[in-house]
Amino acid sequence: MGAAEAAGSALLTGVAGWLFVGFALLILGTAIAVVWSKNPVHSALFLLASFLLVACVFILEEAEFVGAVQILVYAGGIMVLFLFVIMLVHQRTAAGTPAFQHQWDIALLLLPVFLIPFLYILGTEKFTDIARNPDAFRAVAGRVIGNTEAVSWLMFRDYLLPFEVASVFLLVAMIGAVVLGKRSFEKVD
Amino acid sequence: MANYFPILILGLLAAALPLATIFLARAIQTRRPNPAKLEPYESGIAATTFAFDTRFSVRYFLIAVLFVVFDVETIFLFPWAVLFHRLGLFGLIEMVIFLVILVVGYFYVWKRQALDWA
Amino acid sequence: MKILTPTFLTYVKVLLIVAVVPAIVGFVIVLAERRIMGFMQVRLGPNRVGPKGTLQGLADLLKLVTKEDVTPARAEKFVHFLAPVLAVIPALTALAVIPMGPSIRLARHVSTPLWVADINIGLLFLLAITSIGVYGIILGGWASNNKYSMLGGLRSAAQLVSYEVPMGLSLVAVLLMTRSLSLVEIVMRQDRMQLWFVFPGLLSFFLYFVSGVAETNRNPFDLPEAESELVSGFNTEYSGVKFAFFFLGEYAAMIIISCVAVTVFFGGWLPPFGHVKALSFLHIVPPFLWFLAKVGFFIFCYIWFRSTFPRYRFDQLMALGWKWMIPLSLVNIVIVALAILWTPGRTDGLVRLGWLFGALFLLMFFLAKLRQALARRDRLASEPAGTRQSALKA
Repeated sequence: MGAAEAAGSALLTGVAGWLFVGFALLILGTAIAVVWSKNPVHSALFLLASFLLVACVFILEEAEFVGAVQILVYAGGIMVLFLFVIMLVHQRTAAGTPAFQHQWDIALLLLPVFLIPFLYILGTEKFTDIARNPDAFRAVAGRVIGNTEAVSWLMFRDYLLPFEVASVFLLVAMIGAVVLGKRSFEKVD
Repeated sequence: MANYFPILILGLLAAALPLATIFLARAIQTRRPNPAKLEPYESGIAATTFAFDTRFSVRYFLIAVLFVVFDVETIFLFPWAVLFHRLGLFGLIEMVIFLVILVVGYFYVWKRQALDWA
Repeated sequence: MKILTPTFLTYVKVLLIVAVVPAIVGFVIVLAERRIMGFMQVRLGPNRVGPKGTLQGLADLLKLVTKEDVTPARAEKFVHFLAPVLAVIPALTALAVIPMGPSIRLARHVSTPLWVADINIGLLFLLAITSIGVYGIILGGWASNNKYSMLGGLRSAAQLVSYEVPMGLSLVAVLLMTRSLSLVEIVMRQDRMQLWFVFPGLLSFFLYFVSGVAETNRNPFDLPEAESELVSGFNTEYSGVKFAFFFLGEYAAMIIISCVAVTVFFGGWLPPFGHVKALSFLHIVPPFLWFLAKVGFFIFCYIWFRSTFPRYRFDQLMALGWKWMIPLSLVNIVIVALAILWTPGRTDGLVRLGWLFGALFLLMFFLAKLRQALARRDRLASEPAGTRQSALKA
């Protein structure tokens, strides 16, 4: 990393802070719009915008690889799935339903499920270390290479078992999709 | 991070180009709408049902789910490939185990004819 | 020359992409396509506007801009308007990370590389950004509230996602050799290894380019806009400028697929056999021109395919992607990984793999030719003399 680039990133601490605030507000805004819109396709569009903005925040925080994955999997994959489901559902019946499903009970139940892991990660040693060691996200065995390589080094050496378990999850998803999908079109045929 | 800022600007400009052109074109074009012109095109026959009322094959859903699964699999392969020269044979074995588990699912999907469109 | 700071030059390049790429598409590629296809189909192609038809692009532009831009009464108006914009954004943005040449000198002490940004995750970023391109088509098809459009949009989305998987997997096999996702580093590495990755990655390249053609909705995979069955598919209800931007998105995507093919497999801006002493005169041609020539060749291939191959049926298209390309690309990854482990730290294993792939492709080519010849002989023998014409056609 050259001196010019180092100076550039030093300059960005102020700008980066404001960018973060801007992105965060936009994410919140689009997320609220997802729930607010009556038309499911508009909701999907706002969700797409929200995913892309989250990717921007990842990249802003120097987790480039995670940012790219966020775009590739969420914006490019899961949103297509959502749109398909919206289009497969009878559109007119979907448009008439109320904007808010009154499911506060389930929401309250799910809140800790998502919140507790986040709080746990915020509290772990590794995370607080980042402030003192800004290159922690891009170092492989002490050498600064890149975020992708750092993720790779961690995943394929330290977190080997979770990685292999992930393939079992993917297997389950595949079988689940076939079971759901096949049953419904065998009924139609 | 500073590298990405021009890309963001390029993205905004790429959005501005079509937006500006569409609005500019609106100013110079003649608009003469009539009911027949604004109907959906169905090869000259007046439409009785509309696309928003039609339903589509669930196979599209199936393809999308399978895509997400394989997409995530590809994502795992990217960091592995980049660092393969350091992970060596151990890395290859790891990845082969990962892939074998997925190939089992792939064959199940194939055998259940979920990949056949007709 | 204080004004020519690196930051300033970067934004000049950003502006150049937005301004020049649509012009190249409209004035060069579309015209080239129509002239070349005219030549291949033994007709003239556009030759009236300007000398030899060179100003056809201008005529098209004027026509498209002044044409009434119709929004159907029952359409979802906002999404109908947004879809062409969404089709253009990713296609142009992706060009930011394409390295089109090494640094060039603009003035004394002022030089600038021919790329907007060299990022660490270049290739992954490209895949990510281009995967957003599907929304323009799917939303355009949906918002029109037309059955042809809706079917075209859905088909297209299914096609795009299906071929994104083999495309990603074919690039993974190359990443084993490049050791980096940065596109600049990928070119530099081909220079250092004195080896273009197309050689050990021959199979990867075929998988990549076939998926690339499918990703851009071009023949023989142009089902989303199949004129004969879907009357142009997702863009049936689009006219004027909005239609033009769908068009621009498609052609810009073609440029990107070609650029990535050149960068990853064909040495980017490097001249062919640059390390062979006898051919060192090839370095006289500026690197940027090498890059341009290679990209031009792939664009030509797109046009060539269009006038050569008949369109696939939708079930054939899905079967090709899911049942052939995905397993093949997974096998390819393991083969390339083994070749790297064969001679660790050296390129010998990869070179041997290249020869093996080359031999296999030649063998398959001759086997296919042989089968064709045998089939023709059988047919000639079994058919009565009067029907020879049909045998010749096959």
